[in-house]
Amino acid sequence: MGQTFAEQILSRAAGRTVSAGEMVVVDVDLVMMHDSLSPSIIETLHTELGAERVWDRDRVAVVIDHVAPAATVRQAEQQQQVRRWVAAQNITHLFDVGRGISHPVLIEEGLVQPGMLVVGSDSHSTGYGAVTAFGSGMGTTDIALALATGQTWLRVPETVRVQAQGRFQPGVSSKDLGLWATRTLRADGATYASVEWHGVPFMHWTDRMTLATLSIEVGAKAGMVAPAGLTHSVPEWLRVEDEAVYSRSIECDLSTLEPQVSVPHTVDNVFDLGDIGRIAVDVVYLGTCTNGHHADMVAAANILRGRRLAKGMRMIVVPASSESLAQAAADGTLNILLQAGATIGTPGCGACIGRHMGVLAPDEVCLFTGNRNFRGRMGSPRANIYLASPEVAAATAVTGYITHPGELAASS
Amino acid sequence: MPRIWVFGTDVNTDQIVPGRYAPYMLSADDDVRRYAFVEARPEFAGAVQPGDILVAGPNFGCGSSREYAPLALKRSQVGAIIAPLFARIFFRNALNLGIPCFTADLREQLADGDEVSFDVASGTIGRADGQALHLPAPAAWMREVWNEGGIVPFYRRHGRFPSTGA
Repeated sequence: MGQTFAEQILSRAAGRTVSAGEMVVVDVDLVMMHDSLSPSIIETLHTELGAERVWDRDRVAVVIDHVAPAATVRQAEQQQQVRRWVAAQNITHLFDVGRGISHPVLIEEGLVQPGMLVVGSDSHSTGYGAVTAFGSGMGTTDIALALATGQTWLRVPETVRVQAQGRFQPGVSSKDLGLWATRTLRADGATYASVEWHGVPFMHWTDRMTLATLSIEVGAKAGMVAPAGLTHSVPEWLRVEDEAVYSRSIECDLSTLEPQVSVPHTVDNVFDLGDIGRIAVDVVYLGTCTNGHHADMVAAANILRGRRLAKGMRMIVVPASSESLAQAAADGTLNILLQAGATIGTPGCGACIGRHMGVLAPDEVCLFTGNRNFRGRMGSPRANIYLASPEVAAATAVTGYITHPGELAASS
Repeated sequence: MPRIWVFGTDVNTDQIVPGRYAPYMLSADDDVRRYAFVEARPEFAGAVQPGDILVAGPNFGCGSSREYAPLALKRSQVGAIIAPLFARIFFRNALNLGIPCFTADLREQLADGDEVSFDVASGTIGRADGQALHLPAPAAWMREVWNEGGIVPFYRRHGRFPSTGA
């Protein structure tokens, strides 16, 4: 019988052949922790678990991304404590303010490679599946235990397979496939499961991260894009096996896929853009681990070139990483965004968690390229958040209402 | 008498504790307990009593990995959470903290504000009309963790992860 990616990776991590449904104790390859939860993780590690050191100082990555730079004295103080702890533990990998969001950064740094098992203190740790790594989000206590022991315990998940066919129409991109999948599977459709994304070998790993991060929005434990077409080195044992068993399979014809929009206040409340009517928008927010990458800024710039934001529109761009920002600076993308009237924030999580850098007022409407539109997520619980692609974000910034990118192309 | 608090479907962790009220965002002497359901159900934090029971629809706790969401419920001394399906990170976090979570749909049998008796060991809820509701038994390893008060005391005592029979 063949194995899914989850079964292959967890078998390697468990040191024996395992299959869906089994409970296993596994060795982790890397533990990621970010500023928001690090203070509680550090306290649990030392005070509650009684551990003096992390199990392997080279296999811990600490990322200051959730409130970066700090917005209050209290946050600054906690970040200072985290930096001191990193120094005291002699931890090799600290990515400080401005380096960007943990998920793309750890891939850019080469710390996450295909076939690895990564646990992170962030639910969007499924994003490591962009390079076919098993990434899973966990809370304070699980991460503290992993730091102390180098291990975690979990149930080998069943796998839901998403099979794409064909190629996108202009103005349609990986975000639309990801939102289509949340629409089809619903918010709990892959709970406890792993999601495998097949049929997208043409995608750059950052576009794959859009799919992998959205996997948690259907409840998944991990979300992995098939390695075909990756420029990374893929271990020989990690492959698509014909006899692998999937608990459910769905198919999407990319050539007929319309731009998708997730309507307040749940991620799976998705419609074709053409079916939502005219929605006026106050602020367009391009960023996050889901769609704040260089390619996303380029996609927006291609629409914004030579155009200006609609009257009264704000557009905030927060690059997912300093590498994405540097690329956008080097190739002129940044200039196009600035000339259109957008502003640029420090690479990191930005306002995705409603803490700084563009939180929303009551009754404001935001077109967001991120991954969650929960009530109150980005600020006021009376704000409305619509999720869509960078292409739709850019077109919307120009017109002032949620707009199909094709509408602009036709009129230009 | 434990009181029943009924919640809907897809209750996400931003509803349980918005990210804006994370301990990271609070002053050092504040307590995240005060912000349990602060926007979704503003009366909850002030009115919840030790032993009260949350009864919800499917996908309770979806969204973020923030353990301070179940932590706020633990510090409120919530006696149990009952839902037909839990989001997996929330479920792990609640188990790790020793909060009993039972997988069942009791939204038809119980109403918000009901006062009941509750025996966690047998998983029995007694309604005011005398009817007893029996919750499905949790896995043995789950009860082991509850009995130790969470995964940290379990690990410190046994030096291993729970035995799952695998």
